[in-house]
Amino acid sequence: MKDVREALMVGRNTEGKLIRRPLSPFMIGSAYKPQLSSMTSIFHRITGVALGAGAVLLTLWLVSAASGDGPFSIVQAIFGSWIGLIILFGFTVALFYHFCNGIRHLAWDAGKGFDLPDMHRSGAYVIAATIILTVGFWAIALFLR
Amino acid sequence: MSNDPAVHIMRSQLGRARGLGAAKSGLHHWWAQRITAIALLPLSLYFVISVIILDHATRQQVALYLGEPWNTVLYLSLIAAMFYHLVLGLQVVIEDYVHNETVKLATLLIVKGGVIFCALASAVSVLKLAL
Repeated sequence: MKDVREALMVGRNTEGKLIRRPLSPFMIGSAYKPQLSSMTSIFHRITGVALGAGAVLLTLWLVSAASGDGPFSIVQAIFGSWIGLIILFGFTVALFYHFCNGIRHLAWDAGKGFDLPDMHRSGAYVIAATIILTVGFWAIALFLR
Repeated sequence: MSNDPAVHIMRSQLGRARGLGAAKSGLHHWWAQRITAIALLPLSLYFVISVIILDHATRQQVALYLGEPWNTVLYLSLIAAMFYHLVLGLQVVIEDYVHNETVKLATLLIVKGGVIFCALASAVSVLKLAL
């Protein structure tokens, strides 16, 4: 053993056999069953990273608007195309999910909602709220403008 | 499994932790992530509403909107909170998944530099449109 920290990587599985602990991100599926708790958690991270890409798109939009009519019309045309709208739809899902699940995380940080039934219920609320907010946003954006 | 691991280090947990250095700025990172998250609750709702308002707006209409003092300030606040929150989140993801120290350091520097660049570009663009 070269690195003393390796000692912390040794654990026992449910059969009591000594194993090397699995390292993220390849745990769900091989070491753990997919569950609502792990899925809402990894989806929070995935949407967070996706929103990073969305922040780059917001930057592009603002910079093009500040640059002139030419660049702005190009960016607007890309966002308005069907592929652009699909990407923007994805970002609204990511934003509303990360927003709702973020509130769930803040409640946990305050020490609330840790009981398993509460956690499952709040997870279901997050998924429902994401769908409602996304559908509501696009209904307003597409039909009521 | 070919490499069955085994513990053969006779050291206490305290002995292992000693000499590994301080925990650095972990607590500040945790608080900053929560505070920016709370700030982003109203700011992201404002952003979503502004997107609906600016749907199909011309460049002049965007400039006029961002020129309203409240909108200028709210957009600058959004940019500050969002990119700060983003850099903190991406840092955690990189630290979790990149295990090689050199690659980790290089990735962190590139990603953090990129996020700061985007934040500055966004803020300058908002100011240029507004002023």
